Amino acid sequence: MNQFKMKDVFKRNIMTIALFAVYVLFVVLALVIRGTNMLDPSVVTSLIEQNAYVFILGTGMLMCMLTGGNIDLSVGSFVCFAGATVGLFSVENDLLNKWFGVWEKQMVDGQLKDVLVTPASPWSTPVVLLVALAIGLAYGALLGWLIAYVRIPPWIATLAGFLSFRGLGTQVLSTASTTNAISNLPGSLTNIFSGTLFPTPWGQLNIPCLILGILVSAAIAFLNIRTRSTKIKKGYQADPFWFVILKSVIEVAVVMFFTIEFALNGGIPVVVLWIGAILIIYGIITEKTTIGRHFMTIGGNAETARLSGINNKLVMFCAYLNMAILTVIASLIVTSRTGAANSFAGQEYELDAIAACIVGGVSAYGGSGTIIGMVVGATLIGVINQGLSLVGVDQDWIKIVKGLVLLAAVVFEIMSKNANKKAKDKKPKVKKAKKAKKAKKEQKLAVN
Amino acid sequence: MAKVLLEMKSITKTFPGVKALDNVNLKVEEGEIHALVGENGAGKSTLMNVLSGIYPIGTYEGDIIYNGEVCKFHNIKDSEKKGIVIIHQELALIPYMTIGENMFLGNEQGNKWCIDWNKTYAEADKYLEMVGLSDSSKTLIKDIGTGKQQLVEIAKALAKHAKLLILDEPTSSLNETDSRALLDLMKKLKAEGMTMIIISHKLNEVSYVADKITVVRDGSTIETLDAKTDDISETRIIKGMVGREITDRFPKRHDVPIGDVMMEVDNWTVYHPEFAERKVCNDVSINVRAGEVVGIYGLMGAGRTELAMSIFGRSYGIGISGDLKLRGKSVVLKSPKQAIEAGLAYVTEDRKGNGLVLSNSILRNTTLANLSGVSSGTFIDQDKEIEVAQEYVDRLKTKTPSVDQLVGNLSGGNQQKVLLAKWMFADPDVLILDEPTRGIDVGAKYEIYCIINDLAKAGKSVVMISSELPEVIGMSDRIYIMNQAKIVGEMKASDATQENIMEVIVKQGSETTASLAGEAEIKTDYKAEAGAGEEVSVAEEGSETAENTEEGSEV
Repeated sequence: MNQFKMKDVFKRNIMTIALFAVYVLFVVLALVIRGTNMLDPSVVTSLIEQNAYVFILGTGMLMCMLTGGNIDLSVGSFVCFAGATVGLFSVENDLLNKWFGVWEKQMVDGQLKDVLVTPASPWSTPVVLLVALAIGLAYGALLGWLIAYVRIPPWIATLAGFLSFRGLGTQVLSTASTTNAISNLPGSLTNIFSGTLFPTPWGQLNIPCLILGILVSAAIAFLNIRTRSTKIKKGYQADPFWFVILKSVIEVAVVMFFTIEFALNGGIPVVVLWIGAILIIYGIITEKTTIGRHFMTIGGNAETARLSGINNKLVMFCAYLNMAILTVIASLIVTSRTGAANSFAGQEYELDAIAACIVGGVSAYGGSGTIIGMVVGATLIGVINQGLSLVGVDQDWIKIVKGLVLLAAVVFEIMSKNANKKAKDKKPKVKKAKKAKKAKKEQKLAVN
Repeated sequence: MAKVLLEMKSITKTFPGVKALDNVNLKVEEGEIHALVGENGAGKSTLMNVLSGIYPIGTYEGDIIYNGEVCKFHNIKDSEKKGIVIIHQELALIPYMTIGENMFLGNEQGNKWCIDWNKTYAEADKYLEMVGLSDSSKTLIKDIGTGKQQLVEIAKALAKHAKLLILDEPTSSLNETDSRALLDLMKKLKAEGMTMIIISHKLNEVSYVADKITVVRDGSTIETLDAKTDDISETRIIKGMVGREITDRFPKRHDVPIGDVMMEVDNWTVYHPEFAERKVCNDVSINVRAGEVVGIYGLMGAGRTELAMSIFGRSYGIGISGDLKLRGKSVVLKSPKQAIEAGLAYVTEDRKGNGLVLSNSILRNTTLANLSGVSSGTFIDQDKEIEVAQEYVDRLKTKTPSVDQLVGNLSGGNQQKVLLAKWMFADPDVLILDEPTRGIDVGAKYEIYCIINDLAKAGKSVVMISSELPEVIGMSDRIYIMNQAKIVGEMKASDATQENIMEVIVKQGSETTASLAGEAEIKTDYKAEAGAGEEVSVAEEGSETAENTEEGSEV
């Protein structure tokens, strides 16, 4: 039986510890160099809000990567296109008027011209949301079909999406508006994906937020303890009690940290609820369900999976269908945050999502990776991003640092794997012992 | 007496736990065709790998004396420099390159930086003429047949200025006409002074072409027959190949009543997925009863794996026709999933390639084929999963510190146990075991045999595919003999001897090759060609990691 070792716990959570360390480092640096407080509620909230899309796209990307290191390059462009579609139907604009407005031939300055008599009325928010979802389903199904059943390599199929959706999105926006953007999205839409729940003025402690935080903390502690007690009851090996308490304390501390920060900043950001819900759902899917196991198995060995009765094609199809739906949600969040659909929205989002997965320890070859890992990876990149800009580092240098961090994460992962293998080999020790013996013999001979 | 070109002196090659070659001696005279024969896994390929430097100096004991000097090969390049060139069984040609490009791959003509294409094609044509191939050297490989491709391989070897040519099963993918042409080419090359070593399972060809025949069995050279002085009939060679006693290496199975027919396959025909005109199973009919162990014996490439996989939810092959009956009822199984649900299990021969997920734990591999057995709805009961995995670890005596151990860290024998556990947990009625003891050590083999007996005792039907004759005879109740995509014989295990099984194969082999001349012969495919080399490498890794696991348990 495996014995509980603190060393293993550290090893498993090395990235989380790194995240803590980096965060503390930046807090100190920002304070010392610039006198900026990174722990300021607004700064913390913006860290989450700015990176919301990475968490959501990272989740979808994780599911794709689990199936064998497959990626989706089209998510950034699809964010733009989905946003453009939402904007197109929810705000009055030229394109909408052209399609649905009432036009009449009238004499203007002596010439017969089509003149808009009644502008088209924007669609209601539920309808717009349904349209957005339908677009996501359609694209996801098409992509899934191409990749799983027509067997087009994922990166090629999604590269096509990367190019065409950027073009399509820009085309829609430039036709709809002279500024290449549709702004002033209705509050009924944006409030679903952004803003705060039960808002209070800045600096005043928000009570609903506090209550939610305390409830979540209690739930975490309860689940941790209950898991342990069921294990003991059924006679399985469980972690020591003190460790469960320590783990709960740390987790509750993190939750309460964010709770207080959010509470001081006016309330629960709506986007946090979205992120939380998606992360929990997908965490359960990947860890505890058969379908999640199927994703992992295909990435581990597709042929084995097939011969074990898993429908590889269906799983691949689901991975890309799922990615497209999550992309629509990410698009709504991004669009709602700015209240406008832009032609440059979503640029390089696909790469952010992939980077989050890779830094978070998701195998680039598939078969292993966790939601928690991806979250840690995404947050680490987010913290580095924010920290460096607060310290006053140039954007170009931030990119360089991010690239290096990505590389370092992968190198570290591979090296630690190799180190594990070596640690298992006791042979080197034996060799050393032999060498020592030899050396002694030689010495003796020399003496003789 | 001709000059001795090559002498391999007391070669011993040990992989941890397995002695692949034990004190092997081989003498090849200049200008002769020397045949190496032996069963699968006897050590022929390992010996040739030692000779060609694939296993470098230091990894084996003994001397290679070539042309009067002791050779120390560190890699293939070293041996090729001396003129020893090996042509592997699997053709190593790139389909979308021309003959000329392929011939000089890694041996490019021209100066250091720039390939001289004119010289390349001129040289290529020269060597093609030598092997009697009239196609232009600018033809793409994919446009010529396998027979011609084999000739290109030989031309390629000649272009490396080969003095000693090693051909590993050169005719395994050729039809009769092409085979004959190849053998005649070998004779022609011999007349021109080339020395050749041929490894072959086709004994009629060996008798036809060889000057000397060395029989390898269980990692040792048994005897060398001289065509001039000794009897080299096929029966005589077989005697040398299999002359081994079946001892009590197989546990006895007591009092297992044999029940009704559980699975019946009738007129089963399967075509190759890529070469659609090639039959990999030809009108095969077999059946297996409850509580019975049925052996399917055949040499590599006989179509055994193809048969098994096509039965298991059509997971291999195209154009499958024939009837499959389970418990007397006709069923159509279109996917592995349906096959599993119908009570079939296919335990693959290639446990690393398509049996296990090496990067996953024992736990996850055990429940893989029957996840619903440990879950309610879509949710996996992870505690129950641990319980199940632990139960099978205990039952099959899998050596591991815990069920969380990654399968990739286990030895071959223990991996095989996990693979069996996976399919036993799926609770099938019929288990098709494909080479269940490939690449595992003797102790583990015995344990696997015990498991097979237990399965039969529990009323399961077991189909055991094997290319080890003693194993088939020792373990089965009934034996089917398969050769060249057909079932060529069926006998009770009590009537079977190694000699009469081999005779059935040889007899049928010469009949069909005569009647099928011109028709494409069965190409061995689907990784069945792993050969001794890989077998041993499995064992090698296996025992290394076995040590690790043992250490783990100490900790």
